[in-house]
Amino acid sequence: MPEGAPTARPRVASRLATTLLALLLAALAGCGGSADDGILHRGIGPEPATLDPQVANTTQAFTPLRDLFEGLVAFSADGELVPAAAAGHEVSADYLVYTFTLREDGRWSNGEPVTAEDFVYSLRRLVDPATAAFYAKHLGAIENADEIVAGRLPPAELGVRALADGRLEIRLAYPQAYFLQLLAMPGAYPLHRASVEQHGRDFTRPGLLVSNGAYRLADRQLGSWIELERNPHYRDAADVAIERVRHHVTAEESAELYRYRAGELHVTQNVPPEAIAQLRAERPDELRIARFLGTYFYGFNLETAKLGEQPTLRRALSMAIDRETLTDKVIGRGELPAWGWVPPGVINYEPRRFNYADMPRDERHATARRLYREAGYGPDNPLEIEIRYNTAETHEQIALAVQAMWRDVLGFEATLVNEEFRVLVSNILEGSNTEIWRLSWNGDYPDATSFLSIFESADPSNLTGYANASFDALMKSAAQQTDPERRRLFLEEAEKTMLEDHPVIPLYFAVSKHLVSPRVAGWRDNVLDIHYSRDLRLRDPNDDN
Amino acid sequence: MQKTGAIRFALFRLLAAVPTLLLVIAIAFTMVRLAPGGPFDDERRLPPEIRDNVERYYHLDEPLPVQFGRYLAGLARGDLGPSYRYRDRDVDELIAATLPATLALGLLAMLLALAVGMPAGIAAALHHGGLRDRLLSGIAISGISLPVFVFAPVLVLFFAVWGGWLPASFSGSSGPARYLLPVVALALPQVAYIMRLMRASMLEVLASDYVRTARAQGLPTRRIVTRHALKPALLPLLSYMGPAIAGVLTGSVVVEQIFGVPGLGRLFVTGAENRDYTLVLGIVIFYAALVIVLNLLVDILYGFLDPRIRQR
Repeated sequence: MPEGAPTARPRVASRLATTLLALLLAALAGCGGSADDGILHRGIGPEPATLDPQVANTTQAFTPLRDLFEGLVAFSADGELVPAAAAGHEVSADYLVYTFTLREDGRWSNGEPVTAEDFVYSLRRLVDPATAAFYAKHLGAIENADEIVAGRLPPAELGVRALADGRLEIRLAYPQAYFLQLLAMPGAYPLHRASVEQHGRDFTRPGLLVSNGAYRLADRQLGSWIELERNPHYRDAADVAIERVRHHVTAEESAELYRYRAGELHVTQNVPPEAIAQLRAERPDELRIARFLGTYFYGFNLETAKLGEQPTLRRALSMAIDRETLTDKVIGRGELPAWGWVPPGVINYEPRRFNYADMPRDERHATARRLYREAGYGPDNPLEIEIRYNTAETHEQIALAVQAMWRDVLGFEATLVNEEFRVLVSNILEGSNTEIWRLSWNGDYPDATSFLSIFESADPSNLTGYANASFDALMKSAAQQTDPERRRLFLEEAEKTMLEDHPVIPLYFAVSKHLVSPRVAGWRDNVLDIHYSRDLRLRDPNDDN
Repeated sequence: MQKTGAIRFALFRLLAAVPTLLLVIAIAFTMVRLAPGGPFDDERRLPPEIRDNVERYYHLDEPLPVQFGRYLAGLARGDLGPSYRYRDRDVDELIAATLPATLALGLLAMLLALAVGMPAGIAAALHHGGLRDRLLSGIAISGISLPVFVFAPVLVLFFAVWGGWLPASFSGSSGPARYLLPVVALALPQVAYIMRLMRASMLEVLASDYVRTARAQGLPTRRIVTRHALKPALLPLLSYMGPAIAGVLTGSVVVEQIFGVPGLGRLFVTGAENRDYTLVLGIVIFYAALVIVLNLLVDILYGFLDPRIRQR
């Protein structure tokens, strides 16, 4: 190297450092994130797996999909079922044939009319084995649906046909009281056949996706956001107040909260449990905690002799747990103590409760102790049992509390095991390693069957292994009723029967938790936790309310 | 002569990397399949006929060796396969979509770390045992021990939530300001490592005979450092840079989660959580290839800095 060449590396480096520092200061003076750009910024949780309405199966995908598409029926801001793409419908006397009259002004985002054929196409696509949809059996009541999913009949045999451009007929194999509720789900949204067939798997991309809802897809940045703009061809476009909506991927709750506090989000998908107390004091009007269709519970593995053949023990374990202590002292976010399985808020149903729900605490504990002894356990022979839950602070706190209650009331020490969610689920599904495990069950639709059906002996989601012929018979009778009142009585009786057997210990009924900026108007709490952007408005930032 | 030697060396190393890469693929393929729980295991158990349809869709109904063969055949065509989670996306596309943010943040963080860590390390070495050395070393130790999941939220809280000067998230805004906080958070531990490495190797070089000779000749300290000590002192740092850059390029999950960066690290971890077999495999392969290439680059650079290597 020639003498005197500039090799003063540290000086170059420090100059670089100075430059970077200058950049930093320059940026500090500049812009921060701002939610005053006329766009509604909503957090939706993790990246949606897909925007294909028939394939999507997660809430984070459903939220933007509800803005993009419109089914035959939809929900109002309060969560009531309302007509949507169909102006109305008729049902045959035997509740087997539904005939929908589509709105004449229904349009795709490319201006073409929405026809009955579009629904026929998407419903066949839902059950087509080639689509491999997770929710393929969601509309299993439609004639031949199950046969098609199993590959025994071609999709064209589905009991759905277009009587005219604006008339759609759906034939059911058996009456289903909540069938209309199911039609509001993304799986039943129509698709623009030509664009799906032309673009194949890519039809969900910006520029290619043709939708019939209040919004259309403007942009999508993987891992960042999905941006929608008002669909000018939408039937009610004039009533859609917000021009653009950005659904932000918010994979982490506490990061989402920061973004909300920094003004980058108007609505959060969730609220971190540890922040609730502070937010309640600081932003009581922005914190929206509402009843939600979900039950947090401990399940028993009934395949094991220790639990399966011991209803007395299961009852004792349930009686020893003080739900109110869990909801008020351990979690304290507005959850309701669960002394039954079906949460309040399902349509046409009076949830059942354990017969010891109102028993004074001391008496309940004494009974639990007696049953525990009757089951053959005691100080010399304490129960050895494991509680499994997935690794998360809330689950840990609850498990510790339950462990302490069992120790205090019954005198045994449960072993706590935490594992990653998929491992827990796979253990539960296999049913070989587990004894007591925690899960939550959320209803897909506001009907008691959404909660009760998982206790039918043949149901795929029956995770406890519960099998009771009289419960199955009651559920079957309920399914055959077309009279809502009689159906309700059968379902209530079924829940009562199930509770008596204690295949699970329900602990609390869940709540939905959002932060909603004062700038957002029109947000209504509802038990489905469904909030269409078209029902919302953005107040002027200069308004003082 | 020197140039062709370097090229031959590079070619040889790249060829030698092929069996390594194949081994990585085979091990990774086996390991993701061994992990308990599958991509479609959920509290809503899929009815068997739906499960069959979904497995057929992804060829998961075939025997494992056939699946592995299918995967290798795809790989040979440069196709990392479809994601099991993001049904309408291919793994290549997901990596391509998340790489730019990770790349930009990682490289900027590395530059920042070098720009701060090297001078600090040299300064500490020159004032060995003195107040400045102890101060800098103390800061470095706290930089290493302060976990990023503590440091990063404090940055957000201070600069975004209270101050409102900077965006709280990377993906929530545009413009260069969004780079600042994640880059600083990523750079912090690196600054500390680089400083300590630089300090140690500089101390070693400064204690060597030829530096003592130079001193005896009356050369000024600055000249000794820049002309004689710096180059050999950089060698340990250089070997550290290969894996460090690879590490930074695959993204820091924690930083990406806290700042909402749509990056490779987050993709990898959620891929693992979701048992998205192809996605996890694809990123592992990408990472392995990156490490191989970066190590090769480091070795070539080494040859330029250290003549002893070249001759061998």
